[in-house]
Amino acid sequence: MTVEALYASLGLSLPELILAIGALALLMVGVFLGEKATGLVNWLAIGVIALAGIVLLSMNGSGVAYGGAFLADPFARFMKLVALLGSAIALFMTTGQAKLYNMNRFEYPVLILLATLGMMLMISANDMMSLYMALELQSLAAYVVAAMNRDDVRSTEAGLKYFVLGALSSGMLLYGMSLVYGFTGQTGFPEIAAFLSSGGRSLGVIFGLVFILAGVAFKISAVPFHMWTPDVYQGAPTPVTTFLASAPKVAAIAMIVRVVIIAFQPITTDWQQVIVFISIASMLLGSFAAIGQKNIKRLMAYSSIGHMGYALVGLAAGSLQGVQGVILYMVIYMVMTLGSFACILAMRRPDGEHVENVSDLAGLSQTNPFMAVVLTALMFSLAGIPPLAGFFAKYFVFLAAIQAHLYALAIIGVLASVVGAYYYLRVVKLMWFDDAKGSFARPEASLRLVYSLSGLFLIGYLLIGGPLGAAAEAAARTFF
Amino acid sequence: METIIKAIVFLPLIGFLTAGLFGRSIGAKASEYVTTGLMILVAVFSWIIFFHVALGETELLRVHVLRWIQTGGFDTEWSFRVDTLTAVMFVVVNTVSCLVHLYSIGYMHHDPHRPRFFAYLSLFTFAMLMLVTSDNLLQMFFGWEGVGLASYLLIGFWYQKPSASAAAMKAFIVNRVGDFGFILGIFGIFVLFGSVSFETIFAAAKTYLPAEGASASVEPVITLFGMHLDRAHAVTGICLLLFLGAMGKSAQFLLHTWLPDAMEGPTPVSALIHAATMVTAGVFLVARMSPLFELSTDARTVVVLVGAITAFFAATVGLVQNDIKRVIAYSTCSQLGYMFVALGIGAYGAAVFHLFTHAFFKALLFLCAGSVIHAVDGEQDMRHMGGLRKHIPITYWMMFIGTIALTGVGIPGTMIGTAGFFSKDVIIESAYASHNALSGFAFTLLVVAACFTSFYSWRLAFMTFHGKPRASHEVMHHVHESPMVMLVPLFILAVGALLAGALFEGHFFGHEYAEFWQGALFTLPENELLEEFHHVPALVKWSPFIAMALGLFTAWYMYIHSPETPKALARQHRGLYEFLLNKWYFDELYDRIFVRPAKWIGTFLWKEGDGRVIDGFGPNGVAARVLDVTDRVVRLQTGYLYHYAFVMLIGVAALVTWMMLGSSL
Repeated sequence: MTVEALYASLGLSLPELILAIGALALLMVGVFLGEKATGLVNWLAIGVIALAGIVLLSMNGSGVAYGGAFLADPFARFMKLVALLGSAIALFMTTGQAKLYNMNRFEYPVLILLATLGMMLMISANDMMSLYMALELQSLAAYVVAAMNRDDVRSTEAGLKYFVLGALSSGMLLYGMSLVYGFTGQTGFPEIAAFLSSGGRSLGVIFGLVFILAGVAFKISAVPFHMWTPDVYQGAPTPVTTFLASAPKVAAIAMIVRVVIIAFQPITTDWQQVIVFISIASMLLGSFAAIGQKNIKRLMAYSSIGHMGYALVGLAAGSLQGVQGVILYMVIYMVMTLGSFACILAMRRPDGEHVENVSDLAGLSQTNPFMAVVLTALMFSLAGIPPLAGFFAKYFVFLAAIQAHLYALAIIGVLASVVGAYYYLRVVKLMWFDDAKGSFARPEASLRLVYSLSGLFLIGYLLIGGPLGAAAEAAARTFF
Repeated sequence: METIIKAIVFLPLIGFLTAGLFGRSIGAKASEYVTTGLMILVAVFSWIIFFHVALGETELLRVHVLRWIQTGGFDTEWSFRVDTLTAVMFVVVNTVSCLVHLYSIGYMHHDPHRPRFFAYLSLFTFAMLMLVTSDNLLQMFFGWEGVGLASYLLIGFWYQKPSASAAAMKAFIVNRVGDFGFILGIFGIFVLFGSVSFETIFAAAKTYLPAEGASASVEPVITLFGMHLDRAHAVTGICLLLFLGAMGKSAQFLLHTWLPDAMEGPTPVSALIHAATMVTAGVFLVARMSPLFELSTDARTVVVLVGAITAFFAATVGLVQNDIKRVIAYSTCSQLGYMFVALGIGAYGAAVFHLFTHAFFKALLFLCAGSVIHAVDGEQDMRHMGGLRKHIPITYWMMFIGTIALTGVGIPGTMIGTAGFFSKDVIIESAYASHNALSGFAFTLLVVAACFTSFYSWRLAFMTFHGKPRASHEVMHHVHESPMVMLVPLFILAVGALLAGALFEGHFFGHEYAEFWQGALFTLPENELLEEFHHVPALVKWSPFIAMALGLFTAWYMYIHSPETPKALARQHRGLYEFLLNKWYFDELYDRIFVRPAKWIGTFLWKEGDGRVIDGFGPNGVAARVLDVTDRVVRLQTGYLYHYAFVMLIGVAALVTWMMLGSSL
């Protein structure tokens, strides 16, 4: 690698460099200042992410770096911005919460930064090797934060389960990659595509494809690789769950999109079948299993499983509209998730006890009408009721599926969302029609800000949907 | 004139809206005065119209109000058609309605819901006026349903009483049967004549039947269930359907069961709706459609048959009833039968004449009965009355006038007689004189019914006013004559009951027939009943009188001379007595044939069809299956790590297998 090439590569990956250096620097700050520096480190981490975001916004070129392992393009830039936003907001919501959750450690923001770095690299990965490295970086950080509250049995159990199953999925992913490499002789995405388009499709490659998809499907908790999700969501401290449910999903979806749309583009009909299967399975399971949940974090876990299924509907279409739908879906999903978790974080009794049961929301309209209105908007949006953002998210992916003649997929998706509407509406019913069992403490300003903005976004989506859709289309055009 | 007609129809509506919407705020007194005041105005206007149209030169007044439905070949509007027939109905409806409003101020004095009561009365009057002024069948149907609704609301006025609610439903449902026939008849007329406007129908009807032997006579115009009806048969079918409607509204035999039960309503309602006006709507309908009925001898024969049977049947049941209002209700039913016999034999004038006189004396009887009930503190059973003559003399004499009018007291061959004497005798004589296949049958039944009428009417009078008091001392102590506001309507109706016959016989069915009706009633040229009924044997002319005298004598013998006779008779002829007391067991029969199977089917469809099948497999079933699935899925989430890993591996294995089998490699 020549010096010029190295400079070019460093230039293209400047945001990632900022995150990496920032993470290490903040680790030093934490180590030298000790526990009391947590608040400072937290804010600094948000600053680092913001800086990376600004740099990212100012970049507009695209290109390949590090010998083809890293790719910067409009799609990557858009998804990275969304992921950075998610991480930053998750950290922002933690600022006032860390003490309450007994996770007041400076390592937490540092690990979030490292996970975010992993996500950035996942989004930009253009080679099986770099993809695996990025995925592992993100995952290892996530395993640790899941067990952040190490004195809590459920938190440690969550971290352990996540780690063991994550290792299994990594194994599958690696196995798949090795198969693909063995049958194509390539690791770079464009090279694999080139080989496949020249008649290289073979059973071995398809085996490899299935294993790779299984490995990445684990990251987005798509059925049947979802089993960890409810336990981890429930067991991990709520701020961690907030993080796990938002940004990493965006990054993982972006990674899947890139793998199937670029590397396996010549064998679209093959991966389409796998994606359709896990999409249907996720939508159905997400809808049905959530009905039986009493814990609201578990409910959100199944809700997110279902939503990943809907997002994959767009990907299954494999078209420009489909990818655009996926991008929009992930943006809206992230806003809804962050808003919902802001409300869940706000579920704190005046005596400081955190409650997590759905039934604890009863009578919220009397005790905190504003939060009740926002949470109602969030639930309606999650259920996909017009004119809220969640409706348009579903509308675009289903439209893409119809245009791609995937009628069965679209119909099952619509039916599943009907079943799913039940548990969202149950929350609404509890808030508005049942009697309050107790009130909540006044939520932190950061939480109020987040859920207010989230509600505003969902309700006002009709106004901002146009430019957002255009941006998503521009990002999706990268592939077509 | 146009303004007066509009005022007649719409003032009751204004009264209804005022009392109905603002009754609570303006209070009961104001509601009473507003509705009654408007009705007095309307009654005066009605007489003006009567003198102008019926007794004057004007043949027909048509008032256009609004466009209604215009679609394709169907064109109908809201407009009023006022000819002599309508003018007669104006006088009947509005006079009685006005008097009943007035009477109710006294009668309903203690009721807390008077605004509602007066609102309903005015609503009824409006709907009835809509019915009689209609220019087309659809508007008539609107009025027809409107009076049905008002009748339902008024029968169930005391809705706290289960029996009143049941009676209201019964009236509504039985009428539904008739209404179904009526509306099918309207459809049929539209098919045949392409219009529902009377103008068009009547104009076309005159030449509708093709001449004997013409090719059009066998050409089918309606094909229904494999039957090919030519023009004559189609007209017969339509007339029968219309008559079915009339049967329901006018409580004719087989559809009569609701009328006695309707007595659950307040007594003024019985006088207005179930004696004088609404129940005569069927008579009005057939008279109005006389141009069609004239075309079908078969349909008219059916009308005669049903009318004669009703007259006889209701009279027999009336013989043994003990409830004062039910006796009069069966009497009404019976008298309506007379009217239908008159319609069936083609003596439309006689039918409307009887309708006209009957309104006066039957309203009088009902209001007198109300006065009696008012006096004895709500008691309606005649077995607990008796000896009231001295306590309520005015009511007694008014009741006496009503009775002689109903039984038809008068001297045949002279102009001396009560209203019923003229109108009923005309029908009986016409029945004898007519050429209808059933004229002999009808004549016989009507004379027998006249005898029964006389008996039960005098029985009612004797049991109520004569003999020893059978009520408790407490009740007898409180017996009081009704206030003036209730007595004045009685006086006015009594005048009508005495004089209406003598004054108007010539107009309705006599020498001034043509000038009076001015074509409002249509008869074929060969129908010469108007002349023929004068030339019947003297015995026939005297037969109603003899029947009346016989009934009077029997009643006197059984209830004044030797009051033990009725009980002995009832014991001797137990079966017959029970048969009559239970109204020929019609209610029980209908309960078996219609009500119970309908309820059974209803329950079956509700419990099995809707509950088990539709709800079970539909919403509830789907919801339950969703929960089942949820249960299973949730149970999969065991919390064991190796289960989770197993699921992942199974998933991969399944996908790999699927791809291996599915891919073409």
